[in-house]
Amino acid sequence: MATMTSSETEQIEPRRAKSFRLSPTAISYLQATPLTLILGAFLLLPILMIAVVSFWDYDFAQMYPDFVTFNYAETLGSWVTWKTYLNTLKFALFVWAITLFIGFWVAYFLAFHIRTTAMQMVLFLVCTVPFLTSNIIRMISWIPVLGRNGLVNSTLLNAGIVPEPIEWLLYSDFAVVLAMVHLYTLFMVTPIFNTLMRIDKSLVEAARDAGASGWQILTNVILPLAKPGMAIGTIFVVTLVMADFSTVQVMSGGQSASVALMMKNQMSLLQYPAAAANAVVLLVFVLLMVAAILRIVDIRKEL
Amino acid sequence: MQGDKRGREFYMLAIFFAVFVLFLYGPLSAILILSFQGPNGGLTFPLNGVSVHWFANLFETQAVGDFGGAFRRSLLLGLMVMIVTVVVSLLAGLAFRRHFIGATALFYLAVASLVVPSIIISLGIGVLFQQIGLQPSWFSSAFGAHLTWTLPFGVLIMFAVFNRFSPAYEEAARDLGATSWQTFRHVVLPMIAPSLIGVGLFGFTLSYDEFARTLMTAGTFNTLPLEIYGMTTNVTTPVLYALGTVTTIFSFLVIAGTLGLIVHLNRRRQRS
Repeated sequence: MATMTSSETEQIEPRRAKSFRLSPTAISYLQATPLTLILGAFLLLPILMIAVVSFWDYDFAQMYPDFVTFNYAETLGSWVTWKTYLNTLKFALFVWAITLFIGFWVAYFLAFHIRTTAMQMVLFLVCTVPFLTSNIIRMISWIPVLGRNGLVNSTLLNAGIVPEPIEWLLYSDFAVVLAMVHLYTLFMVTPIFNTLMRIDKSLVEAARDAGASGWQILTNVILPLAKPGMAIGTIFVVTLVMADFSTVQVMSGGQSASVALMMKNQMSLLQYPAAAANAVVLLVFVLLMVAAILRIVDIRKEL
Repeated sequence: MQGDKRGREFYMLAIFFAVFVLFLYGPLSAILILSFQGPNGGLTFPLNGVSVHWFANLFETQAVGDFGGAFRRSLLLGLMVMIVTVVVSLLAGLAFRRHFIGATALFYLAVASLVVPSIIISLGIGVLFQQIGLQPSWFSSAFGAHLTWTLPFGVLIMFAVFNRFSPAYEEAARDLGATSWQTFRHVVLPMIAPSLIGVGLFGFTLSYDEFARTLMTAGTFNTLPLEIYGMTTNVTTPVLYALGTVTTIFSFLVIAGTLGLIVHLNRRRQRS
């Protein structure tokens, strides 16, 4: 609550600024202070803490301040870790490819085929609303659809397409990828839609006047211009999948693993230093990936 | 594409879009229907009679969990996060309009807040509180954890809003003799009000549904998403769906109310 009151007093800063004649730069600093303080206290400090704790010793009940490297040795030296990373990357790759495909065509349809702005906004909101509801509810909503006696299986059985229920629909890697696509596609749609809406329609006209076919316009004009949006969407989707543990746990029925799920299991066993070492490795991995994508696109220009 | 006749491409994409929307809403409607399952019905179709048994069950039994308390905590936390997100994002957005030393660093810190895996933030804040000797609770540690997720969205939205905001209006106001506070209050604020409401909606719903960041930071008392997550592993009756239906309808009401407010504000501005 302390942060709240301090930011409220700063909101009336402009009025005071007049009587005190603060310089514009000083006002900027004051305005940026609440954000800096909050992110410093709840983002930087915790990450620093994790980095420190990852070098600590621990037993079944407690952690001991120390400087040991076996948490990293155990994490990086274990075959399980590498297999888990590979499995998580596999999820990330599948989900990325599918959300990119869906995201682009949905955004393209909204931006270039819907003629009125009002209709565009309505359809975009239709896509956005589920994203603002609970992830867990959306996840478990697949259970009555995909389960052994679920909608899909009973439909297929009644139609005589399959002789017995398909087992791999739920509690499988398929279910994990499907649920992740369901949860995260919007993160791809929104940035691509944003980029496509900024394309000058006269470019498309010019290409058509110059004799380009619809396909050529798409591949030579629209796709290259959509790349920044795709890059931002990629950052969202890949980092969300790399951080996911609940979807993997619920939708695979505990049969599949992800890096974050491995961390969560260590945390529930109170092996915080081990989880911290894992966290540092994952964080470095994710930040390197994001940095690589940010070399291609300048987020500040795309907003 | 802007021609008068809709081409084949339009119809193919329209079907694709319709399938996508069905994919988004289909499973949710399955939950909605199944929450009206009869008293003897199970977790899957077919419906074994129609009843509100499971909704009544939700409000009666306290053996499975404390939904009322969890809902109150989530609601209050959501409102706290919403207010702070709106105020802090607005201030940061105003700050970013001028160049100051560290602006780029702060901007990328906000972006980092968006990409750092949620479970790492949860672990970090949990361990930090433990080491300082503070008791984690939903209104302190979980509150901060949620802000690391809602603030970057708010800041990026405000950044985009001010990118498109012409300084001509403020200059005109100043030329007419308005003080900087009057300019902000009567010129800038009304223009960005719909965006601020949007930021507030994001802040509230993201916090209300947040789960990974609350895991290690909620302390003794659960928030609603934690309660639901606990249920997925040990509840085998449609009461789970009833709870899902109730929270989803609540989310829909919040979204609808907010959108109504934005439309109302835009209409009023156009009239004046």
